[in-house]
Amino acid sequence: MAVTDLGLMTVPLAIFAGAIRVSTPFLFVSLGECLTEKSGRINLGLEGTLVFGAMSGYATAYATGWPWLGVLVAGLAGSVFGMIHGIICKLPKVNDVAIGIAMMMFGTGIAFFLGKPFIQPQAPHLPAIDFGFWTSIPQLRVALEINPLFFVGIAVAIAMWWAFKNTRAGLIIRMTGDSAATAKAMGYSVDLVRFLATTAGGFLAGVGGSFLSLYYPGAWNEGLSSGQGLMAVALVIFSRWNPLACFGAALLFGGAGAIGPALQSIGISQGYYFYNAAPYILTLLIMIASVSPKRSLRGAPGELSITK
Amino acid sequence: MSETTPLPAVGIETVGMTKVFGSLRALEDVSVKVRPGSFHALLGENGAGKSTLVKCIMGFYQPTRGSLIVDGSEQVVRNPRDAMRLKLGMVYQHFTLVPSLTAAENLVISRPDCPNVIDWANEIAGIGAFFDKMPFKVPLRVPVSSLSAGEKQKLEILKQLYLDRRFLILDEPTSVLTPDEADEILGMLKGMTAAGELTILMITHKFREVNAYCDEVSVLRRGRFVGGGHVAETSTQSMAHMMIGDTKLRERSARLKAGDDKTVLELAALYAVDDEGLPAIESIDLKVHAGEIVGIAGVSGNGQSELVEVLSGQRELEDGRIFIRGQPFEPTRQHMDRFKVFGLPEEPLKNATAPRLSVAENMALRSFDKPPISKNGWWLSPGPMRDIARDLIERYRVKTPSPDTPIENLSGGNVQRAVLARELSGEVEVLIVANPCFGLDFASVAEIRSQIIEQRNAGAAVLLVSEDLDEILELADRVAVMSEGRITYVSPIGDTNRATIGHAMAGGH
Ligand SMILES: Nc1ncnc2c1ncn2[C@@H]1O[C@H](COP(=O)(O)OP(=O)(O)OP(=O)(O)O)[C@@H](O)[C@H]1O
Ligand SMILES: [Mg+2]
Repeated sequence: MAVTDLGLMTVPLAIFAGAIRVSTPFLFVSLGECLTEKSGRINLGLEGTLVFGAMSGYATAYATGWPWLGVLVAGLAGSVFGMIHGIICKLPKVNDVAIGIAMMMFGTGIAFFLGKPFIQPQAPHLPAIDFGFWTSIPQLRVALEINPLFFVGIAVAIAMWWAFKNTRAGLIIRMTGDSAATAKAMGYSVDLVRFLATTAGGFLAGVGGSFLSLYYPGAWNEGLSSGQGLMAVALVIFSRWNPLACFGAALLFGGAGAIGPALQSIGISQGYYFYNAAPYILTLLIMIASVSPKRSLRGAPGELSITK
Repeated sequence: MSETTPLPAVGIETVGMTKVFGSLRALEDVSVKVRPGSFHALLGENGAGKSTLVKCIMGFYQPTRGSLIVDGSEQVVRNPRDAMRLKLGMVYQHFTLVPSLTAAENLVISRPDCPNVIDWANEIAGIGAFFDKMPFKVPLRVPVSSLSAGEKQKLEILKQLYLDRRFLILDEPTSVLTPDEADEILGMLKGMTAAGELTILMITHKFREVNAYCDEVSVLRRGRFVGGGHVAETSTQSMAHMMIGDTKLRERSARLKAGDDKTVLELAALYAVDDEGLPAIESIDLKVHAGEIVGIAGVSGNGQSELVEVLSGQRELEDGRIFIRGQPFEPTRQHMDRFKVFGLPEEPLKNATAPRLSVAENMALRSFDKPPISKNGWWLSPGPMRDIARDLIERYRVKTPSPDTPIENLSGGNVQRAVLARELSGEVEVLIVANPCFGLDFASVAEIRSQIIEQRNAGAAVLLVSEDLDEILELADRVAVMSEGRITYVSPIGDTNRATIGHAMAGGH
């Protein structure tokens, strides 16, 4: 058997590997957005947080030589963005959607501004875990090199899903998101809960950004993000605010994003751009299919400004 | 009562409670005493200040003046948390459960000592043991949003008892319940007060409940305490007199013989779905004649709300047609205007007003694009708008500080009157009303029912959707029963009785 020739098997294999790679940032941003929205606030600024996380993580890894430190710094930078969003939204008569859009512009803008010096230099990458040690087929080996953040993401998804049901903090977040009046009546500070949720959500989005610059594509430049931060909002709606479903949806979006490159790898470049648009088309189709003027969104937190 | 074993029930007393909202004195020097272990009724007209008083007790509002005494010692209640510590609890006029949480989650999270990580097996067992001592239960593991109104109300009360509250305020607790459910709940609470475990202060408009369950009564009128005493020594008549003073009750309009037999409103095979996309109403066929009131009875949640929403254009009609005087009708603003279709939906503040607009603006919602408010259809003159509103406020006796007050600041009954004033002031061909007397005091009930009868006498076709069977028996010429989205029983009111209708409502047909 020809060891190097997998024939058509290359395509699913490449899609598999691509799905894992591409889905990781989606997973983190959507978990961050899910957490924020569960508390009753929507943060459209996560796109900016993502880009800024990518830049700050890359810069840290470059300066210190430690990519994991870069991930941490990206997360912390993301939290700061979340905090700013949280603080501004506490002011009276402020709309969270508008603030989110402003934060998105601000995050990308300042990332481009501060990130200029880091476009050229090479920072160390995050290591991959080699699950393909047992095989000698190179394509399979490559496909089984899986980034550790992917597993961290799965763990976070499971932990969030569990915590929403089984912890006091989880129930308080859900209560605040569904009925602010009740939370207030029970003596909880709605603003504080939302502030903390937005901050933690920002952390996750920042980590998602660091994946882009430190693993795949693995460099910092201005075209790094292709709207993952915004698509995550659709993804959260699609997964009905359930962290486990966010994981499934992220894989789906990741798989859709991997079709183009996978086909190209076996020499089919026809319709390349069309396939690359697959995640966006998917976003559109999902929004059309899941949002109807006649039905309310099942599972939507009652306090969200988009569903109110 | 011996000094050594004080009752678990908590007693309270307000002293000179006064609350001012801007220019309005909602409460004026109110002193009410509620003995521990008593079942105390708080009566008063709509807007008398009942909710304001209890919200001051619970720390939701800060009284402008006056103090609160709990179990004999003066206490300052700055917020609901302070009230909680004093074992005071309240069930509000609207639900305060979190819809997406299950009943068990709602109970556990409301506990001040809720653990950080919840051991559900343990908690469910604990709640189960608590429920075993209660005469009624609710399903624990489904989201509260899928419980019926009665179950939600039971859960609200169970929650207060679960939290070990010993003084419980109930703000119109039975308005969402069937009479049987109300008896079940009040009966159980009565038992607890008699045993000295609990004190209850209940706001209600139903004299039947006061006479059957309460020990003592206090009455407010226009923000002042005007009297009270032991229920056993106070007649219903004198309670009513304390509530409204010497104001003459409006005479109930006599029902005139129906004139022509022409069909005005015709519903043909209506079909619509609910928010989840499941069928809400199916093959609804119904005719309403001129000068006739057709009452739609049914247990809440059997498609009545969806039917009203379809007729008022708030929900899309999937299939079927509506005719008015034989012509196809679509619930658009133009058609409603042309066919003179008016309505009073349930929860009028939510469904029939713009809450933050003023009373005058809300009263003009039907007519702002017509003379005299607008001469050319787009430029509005506030002068005539306010004049019309003043006239309507006067004629329909809406209690409001001014025509420019946001309508959301009116008491529930007055919002209802304001909407009714807007809907009934012109010529009416078709009138669609849903639970028009929900939460109203007896004087307003008499007033609004008279208005409906008058519209009928003037030849309007009236569709009356009501969960209150007494209301249907009193007003309707014909009754139709809705069950599971279908009309399962229709009869002229003279040929049927309460038992038959009740049987049809319960699903027997
Ligand atoms: N937040 C507020 N701002 C201004 N006015 C208010 C406010 N809340 C209540 N009011 C006014 O205070 C008065 C008393 O209202 P309250 O809600 O206590 O009446 P109520 O006796 O509970 O009536 P109902 O039987 O209709 O519930 C009303 O005239 C109302 O318009
Ligand atoms: Mg009230």
